[in-house]
Amino acid sequence: MNYKFDFTPVIDGLPTLLLGCLGTLWLALSGMALAIVIGIGGVILRDSRIKLLRWLVIGFVELIRNTPFLVQIYFIFFALPLAGVRLDPTPTAIIALGVNGGAYAIEIIRGGVQSINKGQVEAGLALGLHKLSVFRFIVLKPALRAVFPSLASQFVLLTLTTSIASAVSAYELTSVAKRIESDSFRSFEVYGVVTLMYLVMSWIVMNILNFISSRYISYPAK
Amino acid sequence: MGEGELLFLLQGLKWTVVLAAVSFLCGTVTGLAIALLRTSGYRAVERTTAGYIALFQGTPLLMQLFVVYYALALYGLKIDAWIAVAIGFTLHASAYLGEIWRGSIEAVPRGQVEAAKALSLHYFWRMKDIVLPQALRISLPATIGFLVQLIKGTSLAAFVGFTELTRAGTMVSNQIFKPLLVFGIVGMMYFAICWPLSFFGSRLESRFAAALR
Repeated sequence: MNYKFDFTPVIDGLPTLLLGCLGTLWLALSGMALAIVIGIGGVILRDSRIKLLRWLVIGFVELIRNTPFLVQIYFIFFALPLAGVRLDPTPTAIIALGVNGGAYAIEIIRGGVQSINKGQVEAGLALGLHKLSVFRFIVLKPALRAVFPSLASQFVLLTLTTSIASAVSAYELTSVAKRIESDSFRSFEVYGVVTLMYLVMSWIVMNILNFISSRYISYPAK
Repeated sequence: MGEGELLFLLQGLKWTVVLAAVSFLCGTVTGLAIALLRTSGYRAVERTTAGYIALFQGTPLLMQLFVVYYALALYGLKIDAWIAVAIGFTLHASAYLGEIWRGSIEAVPRGQVEAAKALSLHYFWRMKDIVLPQALRISLPATIGFLVQLIKGTSLAAFVGFTELTRAGTMVSNQIFKPLLVFGIVGMMYFAICWPLSFFGSRLESRFAAALR
């Protein structure tokens, strides 16, 4: 192999790459926030008394979990303008990430909710707690605590998925890297370094999630 | 959308299936090796394979494909785009399957291994006849889950210019300007392959869970 490695384009582009990292983290964290909202909402609807609603949630989860994210983001990218919603690529990507992560979150959180003993809910109601407080403190919090590891690994996966958002040219690390690569043709060097950046970012996201968990959902409950 | 376009999509579907099947089969062999090394009992070997797995689980599949694709090009290997992506997917699969199977090998009750050792069964036979058959059963739902993930992942081959289902969809939609229709059909095609697998996987899972009770 007589190829000479040349990292100058990477070093010159380091500031833009780091900004791209911030873009990725922004996409990932807002995607997660949307996903957790969809997840909790979906779990409530999934057990509602209206049959149609239940089936809609089941259909949504199965549909999202059995099609590629790339197809989903293309679909949403083209569907939103037709529905009269004009958004930049980055918010579009956040919606796609949230919808995708939300479907997985519904499945995961539901597992936790089902593990809650029914007697606890009855005890809460018997103590005169409001239905919402029962849901929040007796069902949701312990359920999230129970499923935290799987939820966290799903959210790290969501962080990695943000790279696919470059397909609609959202502002994140992969699209920044693509631009540097097409200017310099140093594909291997650029993508090699960017891969390591992703490794660091998934570690950062894991730590953020652990911090949130220890602050808000672990014992002693605050 | 005419017959020609639909046929083109089906052609893409064929390549998606081929790519997923080849990567899964090659990934099975290498993944088994990773799982065995990961549980071998030699500290250095276990650490190295753990690092390999962490590397693949901590980086995006898209970057793995790019790096493998361009690394092969660096060595001046003139190979088809589809073989390059198949190698990328195989490495990806080997790490994930290795981790799944490590878990299931460790989930086989210790007594089984100890009994086999007491009967002075050699490592090869102990694994082949005692541990792996039981581990396989435990790992089946997760393995099927990963297969679905891999099939969906092959859509990323579109980024390096390999015409599988998603890229075929992009090309058709650029031609006839009906992105919603085209990506709707493409999504349904993926769903038609992945959903039966997911369904089978979750049924196995609940049956195993019932058997344990």
